[in-house]
Amino acid sequence: MAKVRGAIVVDVERCKGCEICIDSCPTSVIRMSPTVNNKGYRYAYMENPENCTGCSNCAIVCPDGVITVYRKKIEVEI
Amino acid sequence: MKTTDNLNMSTEDLIREENLVYKKTECMTDAVLSFCPGCGHGVIHRLTMEVVEEMGIQSDTIGIASVGCSVLAYDFMNVDMTGAAHGRAPAVATGIKRCWPDKFVFTYQGDGDLAAIGTAETIHACNRGENITIIFVNNGIYGMTGGQMAPTTLEGMKSSTTPYGRDISLMGNPIKITELVSQLPGTYYVTRQAVHTPSAVRKAKKAIRTAFESQKLKKGLSLIEFVSNCNSGWKMTPVEANKWMEEHMFPFYPLGDIKVEGKLIK
Ligand SMILES: Cc1ncc(C[n+]2csc(CCOP(=O)(O)OP(=O)(O)O)c2C)c(N)n1
Ligand code: SF4
Ligand code: SF4
Ligand code: SF4
Repeated sequence: MAKVRGAIVVDVERCKGCEICIDSCPTSVIRMSPTVNNKGYRYAYMENPENCTGCSNCAIVCPDGVITVYRKKIEVEI
Repeated sequence: MKTTDNLNMSTEDLIREENLVYKKTECMTDAVLSFCPGCGHGVIHRLTMEVVEEMGIQSDTIGIASVGCSVLAYDFMNVDMTGAAHGRAPAVATGIKRCWPDKFVFTYQGDGDLAAIGTAETIHACNRGENITIIFVNNGIYGMTGGQMAPTTLEGMKSSTTPYGRDISLMGNPIKITELVSQLPGTYYVTRQAVHTPSAVRKAKKAIRTAFESQKLKKGLSLIEFVSNCNSGWKMTPVEANKWMEEHMFPFYPLGDIKVEGKLIK
């Protein structure tokens, strides 16, 4: 069986904390940081990284293009 | 290697060049976008440049920035660009395209620019069927200057110059300029899109691609309207603004193709 794992990398200093990525994520991976970046914005991070499938939804809706997405198919035996 | 351990692969192990599936296109510069948090302009800029990258036309594309929040588009889009006086982008695009008919020429304009001060330029470029692409961002307001009423402002919609909502008996009706230009024989592809959700973004990108492909085939003018947000002008959070846009803007400005291959479909 193949399973897909993904990960996002947020360019924290360019994130403007708009939260648009949060709703776009089908697996509720993203939350906003409790602390702020140098511009004073809270930034997006993976709260539940194990749920990320690398679908890129968050990255394509991000107005500032600050999300990079990685994805890997993993073969597992069951 | 087939093991269940693989499933527990750490985030660090996934973040490798060979697993990369999405990053910002290199047809965007590294400049930090000047837009407010959550503003649709950023997505529309990026999608346009993704299409340019995918078509391999970076060195053959010339953009015309207009006046409004997207006035600095030439700092963000990594293609040859110029700026036009308020509303005049389709006229400037006409000149450029006629000098270089084999270049891909597009304008990027807000609703204040395209549907107010630039109405004449818009309509006549569309009517002449100039072989250009117009990217039209309709956020129902003059964003840059502080959220004044635009011709596109909805009935009852609040703006800094209509604090009690637009009263059509006094201020006239909102204009559907996209439907209007679709009636002109020079337009080849006319569509209305949005960029607030992943599925909308995917459709919007296809629309931009269709417009650039039509230009390649020298078919006439393509205009893509994006119904977008102006959360600063609307005085909402970005997420609230997108919801408000779905509930109020889309019923009046319905999404979808209006004219395809020169034929009205709506
Ligand atoms: C000739 C002229 N008149 C007026 C202005 C002031 N002005 C600057 S931007 C703008 C409206 C822009 O609104 P829109 O095109 O909707 O773009 P947005 O900022 O909402 O993206 C106006 C009226 C100007 N710069 N030049
Ligand atoms: S890539 Fe998909 S699953 Fe992963 S965080 Fe983004 S939206 Fe969520
Ligand atoms: S959509 Fe982009 S800018 Fe907005 S919070 Fe998410 S990562 Fe940050
Ligand atoms: S004022 Fe409105 S249109 Fe301009 S950048 Fe801010 S949100 Fe976008």
